Amino acid sequence: MRRSYPALIAALALAGCATPPSRDLVVLLPDKDGKVGTLVVQNQKGSTVLNTAYATARTARDGGVEPGMASQSEIKAVFGDAIAAQPPRPMLFRLYFESGSDEFTEQSKQEVKRLLAEMARRQAPDITVIGHTDLVGPDPSNDALSLQRAGRVKSMLVGMGVPAGRILTAGRGRREPLIPTANGVIEPRNRRVEVSVR
Amino acid sequence: MRSIRPVVIRRLLLACACAIPPVSVWANDIAQFKVAKGAVHLERSGQRLPARVGTPLQATDTVVTGADGSAGIAFVDNSLLSVGPNSVLAIERYTFNSTTHEGTFESSLRKGTLAVVSGKIAKQSPDAMKVKIPSSILGVRGTEFLVRASD
Repeated sequence: MRRSYPALIAALALAGCATPPSRDLVVLLPDKDGKVGTLVVQNQKGSTVLNTAYATARTARDGGVEPGMASQSEIKAVFGDAIAAQPPRPMLFRLYFESGSDEFTEQSKQEVKRLLAEMARRQAPDITVIGHTDLVGPDPSNDALSLQRAGRVKSMLVGMGVPAGRILTAGRGRREPLIPTANGVIEPRNRRVEVSVR
Repeated sequence: MRSIRPVVIRRLLLACACAIPPVSVWANDIAQFKVAKGAVHLERSGQRLPARVGTPLQATDTVVTGADGSAGIAFVDNSLLSVGPNSVLAIERYTFNSTTHEGTFESSLRKGTLAVVSGKIAKQSPDAMKVKIPSSILGVRGTEFLVRASD
């Protein structure tokens, strides 16, 4: 029993340091694929740009911005609960129709199975069905066409038992070609529907 | 009789929604709780609402967690925000055009801790996503970061 006192005192001292944070803390993390983004931290006394992994900015209400680095142990101690509560990453499924038909290709039928399995694995899943076109034709008609494609996939998914209230549809038109081509090029791989599962 | 009113209201909302560009889809819902542990609730126009897995969020909702609480939220642009215990996170502005990916995402962490994975809004326009903390404003150009607000 006696032995635990120093540990207890140390714990209290640590807790004392940790509880009233007098400064805000910002930590930039690498993405899942190792890339690092950029944050601009700005207040009345200045600003700093964070663009390296684990770079930090500590800022006080009446002070400037102090740059630094965060250790793994500090990240775990301060942000462990917030990180543990992160929702699973959205997952993307890409679907194609047989040309000139309302049927998915064989490969896409398998992809639909994987999509449904992924939804079953998630808590309260919701999805966005996103239609895309190739670079033939003007924006407005491609927007309409891509939304129409998304709507078709939505009704197919509803037919497979996905509740309509869990499905959003979007038409991206020709803005996000999978295969970059020149204007006016017919490219079947760009005429697709993607489903983002959250 | 009671059922008539919501329908009328929905029609009116639809009429309004059609008059402006397609900003946030799904009526007014912009996100959903995917994780809710311990004490978590929402504040919406002065009302306190329970938050559970599957509960939808609207722009201008505030998420509040207790001492044992944490919550994870997925937005329709695929932004992911999660908060730790004793946190107050206000969604101040959220618009998202699912065709162009243009939008605005402004939130304010008044207390506690926040983990962010930015989504399509920040990817489309570098100045569209901002997170306010008591001492400063973060301009988000992507992608993953952590924030603690001083008390």
